[in-house]
Amino acid sequence: MTAMTMVEAIRDAHMIAMERDDRVVVFGEDVGFFGGVFRCTQGLQERFGDHRCFDAPINESAIVGAAIGMAAYGLRPCVEMQFADYMYPAYDQIVSEAARLRHRSAGDFSAPIVVRMPSGGGIFGGQTHSQSPEALFTHVAGLTTVVVSNPYDAKGLLIAAIEDEDPVVFLEPKRVYNGPFDGHHDRPVVPWSKHPLGEVPDGYYAIPLGEARVHRTGSDLTVLTYGTLVHVAETAANERDIDAEIIDLRTLVPLDVDTIVESVVKTGRCLVLHEATVTSGFGAELSATVQERCFYHLEAPIVRVAGWDTPYPHALEWSYFPGPERVGRAMQEVLAA
Amino acid sequence: MKKPALDEKVERVALMRKQLVRVLDDDGSAVGEWVPDLSADAKIAGLRDMMTVRSFDARMLRAHRQGKISFYMQALGEEAIACAQQRALRPGDMHFPTYRQQGLLIAAGYPIVQMMNQILSNEQDPLKGRQLPVLYSAKSHGFFSISGNLATQYPQAVGWAMASAMRGDTAIASAWIGEGASAENDFHAALVMASTYQAPVILNIVNNHWAISTPEDFARGASATFADRGYGFSIPAIRVDGNDYLAAYAASQWAAERARSNLGPTLIEWITLRRGAHSTSDDPSVYRPEHESEQFPLADPVERLRQHLVALGEWDDDRHRDLQHEIDTEIESAFAEADSHGSVKSGVVPSPATMFDDVYAELPRHLREQRDQVGE
Repeated sequence: MTAMTMVEAIRDAHMIAMERDDRVVVFGEDVGFFGGVFRCTQGLQERFGDHRCFDAPINESAIVGAAIGMAAYGLRPCVEMQFADYMYPAYDQIVSEAARLRHRSAGDFSAPIVVRMPSGGGIFGGQTHSQSPEALFTHVAGLTTVVVSNPYDAKGLLIAAIEDEDPVVFLEPKRVYNGPFDGHHDRPVVPWSKHPLGEVPDGYYAIPLGEARVHRTGSDLTVLTYGTLVHVAETAANERDIDAEIIDLRTLVPLDVDTIVESVVKTGRCLVLHEATVTSGFGAELSATVQERCFYHLEAPIVRVAGWDTPYPHALEWSYFPGPERVGRAMQEVLAA
Repeated sequence: MKKPALDEKVERVALMRKQLVRVLDDDGSAVGEWVPDLSADAKIAGLRDMMTVRSFDARMLRAHRQGKISFYMQALGEEAIACAQQRALRPGDMHFPTYRQQGLLIAAGYPIVQMMNQILSNEQDPLKGRQLPVLYSAKSHGFFSISGNLATQYPQAVGWAMASAMRGDTAIASAWIGEGASAENDFHAALVMASTYQAPVILNIVNNHWAISTPEDFARGASATFADRGYGFSIPAIRVDGNDYLAAYAASQWAAERARSNLGPTLIEWITLRRGAHSTSDDPSVYRPEHESEQFPLADPVERLRQHLVALGEWDDDRHRDLQHEIDTEIESAFAEADSHGSVKSGVVPSPATMFDDVYAELPRHLREQRDQVGE
């Protein structure tokens, strides 16, 4: 076991995947020589050479398009979008091409690629460095969408994503790269070295895609969330002494319905949290899933707390971000109903 | 027209983006430095490929009029380019085609019946009724799955070529696009990648002068040619008479040898004319000038190669008639067989449960549940 930040865990996952399989190649903007603006690919080019890890021109469509071609040849490309906000030029390649290639060719070709992207706010990135576009991927047939919340999961899930036979969109909430952000932006940053999920096993391990993790067991209500808000939910529950069961979904599609249903049947109450804009967000899917499968077990309406339906505002970031205050109030609302 | 050495400096071939490579003159003689080293038999094989594409297209248009298929796209007048390039490349190379390169499949010997099964979307359709007619996929024959979205295949081809180079393989990729779709972002994205990494790829632009209803200048803008697009990326770019089978073969071979010798990408603008409609859903009579085909300066590719073979003493009217009859019979019997497997029009199509296959390598829970709702 080694104490790692999420950045270091992601770097370690790359190292291990590249060592185990020489078909794995890594590229993107500033990814090669520099090692990525968030340092997630640092050291890869030095260790594996510039045919395995290299810089790309600033053209996201070219990066993902080339990755699809490489995958069709037989490689296992893992590419980085510098920010999730920059993936839109690649969206056509992800949605119309990577996601559908296996289906449209009836298995003649496939696109086993990973598209990593730092997502979410909390670093004063403004509207073009803070978005959480996961719902734009979960709506697409053929994609697997992962959102990580901690170093342990990040390493095991990234290795699984690289080994997967199909395209995986891998979102890394950048606010938890260096610590389990509790939502209190005015308090000192807690490092991963002081958190149990910052303890990362050495060597190879894979966490199966499509399995949620019960982050905290409880009996008062079920919180369905992922990414940064896993930690915010935990903080809010502790602050208000609420016995919340917090489920870190980890993979949004395919969704671990069994874990969700088991928890909601037990607690009878459900709060859905995410940082992305609320309307047509993945929370709507979660809410519908719980309603369809647990309606007769529910003792209160399902409540969603999410980002407002506005662009992510630079100076008003903490009014936008669903922090422990909003989350805690919503927990009490669900319990009071 | 001078034929440059494979490793000629890009600035010394720069003017070729304004010129036109031709081999067959107006009398059917093969002249100049670009004459390819092809036997009479190889030329007859090329003639046969082109005539097969033409006969195939004619039969499919008839099938559409008969109400047997939902849609079709012919390659009338453009057959030489894909047919010749397929013969100039090697097995193991990968084409990333558009919807008008059926010549690649036919010249590669892909089974005609399989193409028809795909077009009919019948029980034997290799793509299981999932794709519009003509959007084939045939990895076994070096033919990448056609998307239907435009230009996306261009950066994919560059990536495939990069992968081949990274693995020390000698296989090359060939990207195809129409002149109209070269206005798309992905076309330019691909040129950046190809130039930066010197990928072993042929970048074909088939300039057939029409993007559905808009003439070529909407995509070309103020440039003189589409081959000009290569210049800013220092990608050697040549313009070639696309109705000249021998020039198409020679230019493809030159570009392929450059790629295989680690000399990087080559852009080829093929000059041709879309003699028919864009597709069976299109009516060109409302936007195209009358007599355009007759006035187009580059004559029909089938006629030109036939004339050349006659001039060589290798061909005559009787042999031509016999070959035409043989091809038409082959196409007719292939269609009879394909038609016996049903069609999207007759409702004899793959089972609904199969639509859930291949969304992922393994069927996830939500698709299993949805498949159960559809039933058999």
